[in-house]
Amino acid sequence: MQKALTLYQTSIGKKAVMAASGVILLGFTLGHLSGNLKAYQGPQALNEYAAWLRSMPSLLWGTRAALVFAFGAHVFSAFQLWSQNRGARPVGYRRKKSLATDYAARTMYWSGPILLLYVLFHLAHLTFGQTFGFYEFDKMNPYNNMVYGFQIPAVLVPYLLGNIALGVHLFHGIWSMFQSIGINHPKYNIFRRDLAIGLATLLTLGNLSFPIAVMLGYLEPTTQTFYFPELE
Amino acid sequence: MYLILHIWRQQGPRDKGHFERHEARDVSEHMSFLEMLDVINEQLIEAGKDPIAFDHDCREGICGMCGMVVNGEAHGPQRQTTTCQLHMRQFQNGDELWIEPWRASGFPIIKDLSVDRSAFDRIIQAGGYVSIRTGSAPDANEIPIPKGVSDHAMDAAACIGCGACVAACPNASASLFVAAKVSHLGLLPQGQAERPDRVRKMVAQMDAEQFGACTNHAECEAACPKGISISFIARMNRDHLKSMIASSDDVEARPAK
Amino acid sequence: MNLDAREPSGPIEDRWTQHKASSKLVAPANRRKYKVIVVGTGLAGGAAAATLGELGYKVQCFCFQDSPRRAHSIAAQGGINAAKNYQNDGDSVYRLFYDTVKGGDFRSRESNVYRLSELSVSIIDQAVAQGVPFAREYGGLLANRSFGGAQVSRTFYARGQTGQQLLLGAYSALARQIEAGTVDMHPRTEMLDLIVVDGKARGIVTRHLVTGKVEAHVADVVILCTGGYGNVFFLSTNAQGSNCTAAWRAHRRGALFANPCYTQIHPTCIPQSGSYQSKLTLMSESLRNDGRVWVPRNEEDVGKDPTKIPEQDRYYYLEERYPAFGNLVPRDVASRNALYVTNDGLGIGPEVDGERRGVYLDFADAINRLGEQTIRERYGNLFEMYERITGDSPYQTPMRIYPATHYTMGGLWVDYNLMSTIDGLFVGGEANFSDHGANRLGASALMQGLADGYFVLPFTIGNYLGTERNFDGVSEDHPDVRAAVDDVNSRISSLLSAPKAKHAPQWFHRKLGSIIWHQCGMSRNGEGLSQAIDDIRELREQFHREVKVTGGEGEFNQTLERAGRVADFMELGELMCRDALDRAESCGGHFREEHQTEDGEAARRDDEFSYVAAWEFSGDPAQPTLHKEPLTFEYVKPVQRSYK
Repeated sequence: MQKALTLYQTSIGKKAVMAASGVILLGFTLGHLSGNLKAYQGPQALNEYAAWLRSMPSLLWGTRAALVFAFGAHVFSAFQLWSQNRGARPVGYRRKKSLATDYAARTMYWSGPILLLYVLFHLAHLTFGQTFGFYEFDKMNPYNNMVYGFQIPAVLVPYLLGNIALGVHLFHGIWSMFQSIGINHPKYNIFRRDLAIGLATLLTLGNLSFPIAVMLGYLEPTTQTFYFPELE
Repeated sequence: MYLILHIWRQQGPRDKGHFERHEARDVSEHMSFLEMLDVINEQLIEAGKDPIAFDHDCREGICGMCGMVVNGEAHGPQRQTTTCQLHMRQFQNGDELWIEPWRASGFPIIKDLSVDRSAFDRIIQAGGYVSIRTGSAPDANEIPIPKGVSDHAMDAAACIGCGACVAACPNASASLFVAAKVSHLGLLPQGQAERPDRVRKMVAQMDAEQFGACTNHAECEAACPKGISISFIARMNRDHLKSMIASSDDVEARPAK
Repeated sequence: MNLDAREPSGPIEDRWTQHKASSKLVAPANRRKYKVIVVGTGLAGGAAAATLGELGYKVQCFCFQDSPRRAHSIAAQGGINAAKNYQNDGDSVYRLFYDTVKGGDFRSRESNVYRLSELSVSIIDQAVAQGVPFAREYGGLLANRSFGGAQVSRTFYARGQTGQQLLLGAYSALARQIEAGTVDMHPRTEMLDLIVVDGKARGIVTRHLVTGKVEAHVADVVILCTGGYGNVFFLSTNAQGSNCTAAWRAHRRGALFANPCYTQIHPTCIPQSGSYQSKLTLMSESLRNDGRVWVPRNEEDVGKDPTKIPEQDRYYYLEERYPAFGNLVPRDVASRNALYVTNDGLGIGPEVDGERRGVYLDFADAINRLGEQTIRERYGNLFEMYERITGDSPYQTPMRIYPATHYTMGGLWVDYNLMSTIDGLFVGGEANFSDHGANRLGASALMQGLADGYFVLPFTIGNYLGTERNFDGVSEDHPDVRAAVDDVNSRISSLLSAPKAKHAPQWFHRKLGSIIWHQCGMSRNGEGLSQAIDDIRELREQFHREVKVTGGEGEFNQTLERAGRVADFMELGELMCRDALDRAESCGGHFREEHQTEDGEAARRDDEFSYVAAWEFSGDPAQPTLHKEPLTFEYVKPVQRSYK
């Protein structure tokens, strides 16, 4: 006797998990960007914002848990789909021409792992304070940690590459999400691609604006010192 | 015109297979692609060699029996055209063509360019029908169906089951085929009673047949000789999620054949 | 032999009802004890297998394609007739019956045709319930069109893919029964012989086309729904695999073959472009509603660009010869006249084997009158199809058309129950001869296939089984079964080992087609037919001496498949010519040049030829025995057609 199928056991179910976890991660990246924009209001604003985030431990840890879960689910189901898809064509074509797909769609299995590495790097750098010996990490001053980091090419380059990968990943991912969970209507389908382009551009340019602003000297290190008990 | 052909030859499913070089001379531009192969085959037979095996039947683009990948494109370079309707005027004198079978675990190779597509039949058997007893139907005009709905169902129903969608998909996914059938019946009032079960059963069978998953490349839509839209895939996904969440009847995992 | 059609008597409108009421039934619990074999999965076979499975019989179903959904019914474009009278234009079961008998040129059996018309109504209900997306009007109800010159709009259609949609309906019903376990489906399996035990059909011998395994399948009833034999012409609108082997093998085992000379040649097909051509593509007849048919008046213009030929040098031969009907004359008249003008050297298009076989179908006037947009709306998809195949755009240059074989009205002789002259062997769809007489009306093939499959066969088979009741067990070791298997094996080995193997099977097929097309095509005469019989006989001998089949029997061998089919076409082709020679009259698709009116119209000879010619195999393909089933017309009185 065969067991009843659960949603996750079907390929469409896995795609739905990709879409739902993708939405959570997308929501996070949007929130992350909007918070970071405080950097343009000066060091004080950004650092206060950082402290404020830490002032609500339950919310912070709840969010972190949800993110880890979504991230894990996204990576795990991507891996399962990847192995299913690889098994579906053991002998490839000698020649294969692509007619409709685009660069972003074809490289999801590259942009994904790049993003994974980038996120690990980003966490190591600004959350865990790994500065690779280039400068001293000041946990009371997240603003300076960022600016100093972007002044160092070895730190800057992963940020640039990571965010380009993010843009490419989202360009396909957002549109794909609508298909995977079946949000489609001939009248509104055109907006699915527009939204994907809009959000991917917004996030990539928004995120890249910080290193660029640092490189152009628009954002500079501050000499001010800060103390926030929450950041202790 | 003169063409160089590299044709995939494979004795059976377990054979490794290889490309074999052939030259086609005096090819008329008015020949169909399969007629060009017919001529080569007739020469091979008369020379006592094994002709190239390929599936074909109606040769007017409707039975769905033919199909090969020509220079990396399922059914060749002309859009919305099956291999049998592809004509040699689509090629240039001196072209070099690589001719391969549909490649997918779900479509084991029988011989050369001929593949076993019985997985599609099993997907239909899993639920691609309206359970109506012969002779028990009400009058055909009893249920009015808005023209738009009927036309939309016909767009999906135009699928010829050739398998080009699987062949073209980077993941060898059968989503477009399954979505076309699910949508054809799911759009019509006659198909409503079994709609939730149908989609779950057909998707379960699709997965069991070792096809890949859809990652929304839309290659299938571009290769489909009938121009079936990937919007039907979104529709199938929606129906499937709804049904898996809402329905209290279980669908069993089916063994692959 | 006494050909008893077992027609019920009484008023024609009550015959089928009466027949059903007085027939035997099989109780539901007993049905699974009976094994039924269905060969072919087109509209007739697919529908019959699905319905018999649903009733509870143990069904074994066979097709040579890789899936039952690919049978050639799928290619029918135009539509399906039904006497629904949804258009309120005066249609009725009786009128459809009348039109079909008349259209068949008074060579069909009235009772059968009436039943067909009666059942047409239920077919539409059944198809719609299965989810066949027929065209609809804005109000949501079914749309109809007038087809093939009918005076009422009774044709239901699904874009240009009516056959496909109806077949997918039947296929889905079949798939449901396969899933339910009532039907055991054998795709890629070809029937190569019929097993007859004690005068009853008790099974078939098949070859699995992938493994090459030759096997016997025994049953209580065998149903053949294996389509027509149009591919005897080599070039036809049939699928490449369509063949006559199942029917021909049944004929050799004792089933009479009726009216083989009745073949339908469709006037609007895309002409042959070269000697490599493998098939001809039909384009909907509706094109003649707006297109004008012509050829150059002068032989020296035949190679010229048609748009450069001035109006006075164009010969609109249908309009000139048939002022009343013009370009809309019936299929056979349009086809025959195309032949005459090309025989006069006025044919156009590329020369193939020294002949230009084509006439123009010109839309220039229609485009001027109605605008290109209107023409695009009406025929856009057909024009596209034409351009894909020929590379020419019909918006700019006239289409080239020529007739091609399309349908065969002849087939295995069956009685009112669709049973052949072998007990327990039933025949449905195009494979039988029964309903279309000497000529089939447009949109009637789908109707007949489905009527036979859904509504007639499941019922008459119950009657047969209920009457015969107890069948002796026939095992696969029965001497008659073994003999049939041995016979198949020896035929296969002789095809593989012709003494002077030289030419591929298609080489012979092409030669056979050419003989038949020229001598037994649109226009036939005694001298040509006698010559054809001799030529075919000679070709057949050469075939068995020189056919070259590479590869072995125990593998996927498409050359071997082809060789077996061509071998049977050789014998059938001869019978066709013999039947055409014997029928010294013109009727429907059979036109004998010796028998025409002063106007050049087909002249029927009802006093002598109002019968079904049913041929019995005598053991020698050259010596068939003729049996006649007289035809009587109680309701539709024979009249002579005139289109002047």
